[in-house]
Amino acid sequence: MIRTEELLLNVGPQHPSTHGVFRIVVKLDGEVITEATPVMGYLHRGTEKLAENLNYTQIIPYTDRMDYVSAMTNNYVLVHTVEKMMGLEVPLRAEFLRLIVMELQRVASHLVWWGTYLLDIGAMSPFLYAFRDREMIINLFNELCGARLTYNYMRVGGVKWDAPPGWMDKVEAFIPYMEKKLEEYDKLVSGNEIFLARIRGVGRYDADTAISYGLSGANLRCTGVKWDLRKEEPYSLYDRFEFDVPVGESGDCYDRYRIRLEEIRQSLRILKQAVAQFPKDGETMGKVPRAIRPPAGEAYVRIESPRGEIGCHIVSKGKAEPYRLKFRRPSFVNLGILPKLLVGETMTNLITILGGIDIVVGEVDC
Amino acid sequence: MGAWLNESMTWGNAFVLFIWAVVFLLIVLGFVTYAIYYERKVIGWMQLRVGPNRVGPLGLLQTVADILKLLIKEDTIPRKADRLLFILAPALAFVPAFAVLAVIPYTEKLYFADLNVGLLYYVALSGITTLGMVLGGWASNNKYALLGGMRSAAQMISYEVPLVISVVGVVLLSGSLNLRTIVAAQGDWFWQWNFLPQIIGFVVFYIAAVSELNRTPFDLPEAESELVAGYHVEYSGFRFAFFMLAEYVYVYAIAALTTVLFLGGWHPPAPFLDFVPGLVWFLLKFVAVVFSFFWIRATFPRVRIDQLMGLGWKVLLPVALLNVFLTALYLELFVK
Repeated sequence: MIRTEELLLNVGPQHPSTHGVFRIVVKLDGEVITEATPVMGYLHRGTEKLAENLNYTQIIPYTDRMDYVSAMTNNYVLVHTVEKMMGLEVPLRAEFLRLIVMELQRVASHLVWWGTYLLDIGAMSPFLYAFRDREMIINLFNELCGARLTYNYMRVGGVKWDAPPGWMDKVEAFIPYMEKKLEEYDKLVSGNEIFLARIRGVGRYDADTAISYGLSGANLRCTGVKWDLRKEEPYSLYDRFEFDVPVGESGDCYDRYRIRLEEIRQSLRILKQAVAQFPKDGETMGKVPRAIRPPAGEAYVRIESPRGEIGCHIVSKGKAEPYRLKFRRPSFVNLGILPKLLVGETMTNLITILGGIDIVVGEVDC
Repeated sequence: MGAWLNESMTWGNAFVLFIWAVVFLLIVLGFVTYAIYYERKVIGWMQLRVGPNRVGPLGLLQTVADILKLLIKEDTIPRKADRLLFILAPALAFVPAFAVLAVIPYTEKLYFADLNVGLLYYVALSGITTLGMVLGGWASNNKYALLGGMRSAAQMISYEVPLVISVVGVVLLSGSLNLRTIVAAQGDWFWQWNFLPQIIGFVVFYIAAVSELNRTPFDLPEAESELVAGYHVEYSGFRFAFFMLAEYVYVYAIAALTTVLFLGGWHPPAPFLDFVPGLVWFLLKFVAVVFSFFWIRATFPRVRIDQLMGLGWKVLLPVALLNVFLTALYLELFVK
């Protein structure tokens, strides 16, 4: 007798498209997924537990290694939480520098996403185009703080290094360059019929589902919910600048793609204004007590990382080390919707949907 | 060469044929070696890289080094694999790839077998390679390989049919399945070559051919980002090289076939250019077709398996049939 059998397929942790060591166990009926179970933890390093034995400045490098594609925003969420607890004032020049590096980081992060997503879809070339342009940002960061990926740049009360002479001019020159390159991206990829057929209508969900799963970032905005913490709860200097929050309509992979590209444009807009308003001189480090001991109590700060809402919750007992530290990692939360989205999809769409969520495994496992 | 084939098979003739086969195999292997180099260079330039440039002058020995590496690699066979089929599959994929080359004519005088059913022979044999892929995928006892093999089978069935039907128009126009006759039937000016009168057939043939080659955007059987490596995921060393080799020999074969069927073979694009030997024209067209395959690879994302099937059955096949109908109608009304 002929019978069919369900196929239990182990995708990852060593799979080219899981972007690191993420694993997902799928049950396949032919090529159609009947059940999907994400398995996380292959990159777990116990950041939150380690933090309990470190003073606040020592924790900063650990945040670099969480979302290693967007280390600057991670830096910021930690130092800003501590600043909030201690009521510290950050000099304007330092705050400008922070904002500029965060927006550059958003561009760099979206570029990595754009390139790797197309690699997932099967197009090889865009990856290298994206990395060519990301390289320019990386070089800027390298000049600023001597690191290409894990910057350890921000400090409680300011930033570690001031911009070297001529650095801001390079940022200024980068903005029109990147704008031109975005047009090239659109020409090369965004209208490609095969690409559109692959991502249109794939991985669809509505606003209610997105909210009930706690999604944030482009994963939430693609459903039409206009929610960007830079607008909703302006931190840093975001209330000084004009920019739009792009939203989608249908909540599919195509909308997420479009939103992320548009966010690069908006980031460039912010950068243009920020560079123009950048104070000529000033301190880069505020008045910070020698030992950073936030008063007993707790605080939660959330900001908009390229992947969504990244939050930092610190419980302090008035010591130099946090009593408890918790990061709300957008990659981890966004991943929650994956099992729901995958049922009934094919193996190919698994990759499309997983890539569309934009996870960084360092952040998923933390 | 044709004369040799018609003579009775003596030891001497068999020896000569054998030598010819070996010489030809070496030419094809040389092509594969430098096609890979060519591909890596072309794609490298398109992707803002330089491509191989370390081994030998200009990196010319890179592929040689790669093949040597494959040769000395450990030959692993998974314990739970079907041993016999696992060993058989790469050979089954490679042998037809090489065998189809026998019917390709390069110039009026330079050809191997002058078969009256050359085109049919090509199509029939090239189907066997898929069997090798399916077998390899099945025998590996690996789920990714199995999925890759399954896709390969589905793809072959969906694209072999439009491929064959798309060339029926050419066959009708030239009235022969013999590839030499087909070239001879194409005119002296480049607009008299089949690709213009048979533009529908040419487009369908080209798309189906890219799919037959399992190249981007139809590289589903080995889709790196989904199936890791597809049907050859468990193969290593020279068994893997055989699959690889088969793939590139097919690039050679399809490019040559496209040149013969649609691009006028060894004809110069205009009669006054015939002081250049036909072989040069053949090679130029051939290299251009090969280049177009690489270009496409650097440009397109991959289609999804259901879209691939849909394209094959719902678009290419009806269009190919329409082409046959139109060609037949034209012949009936204007030529007869």
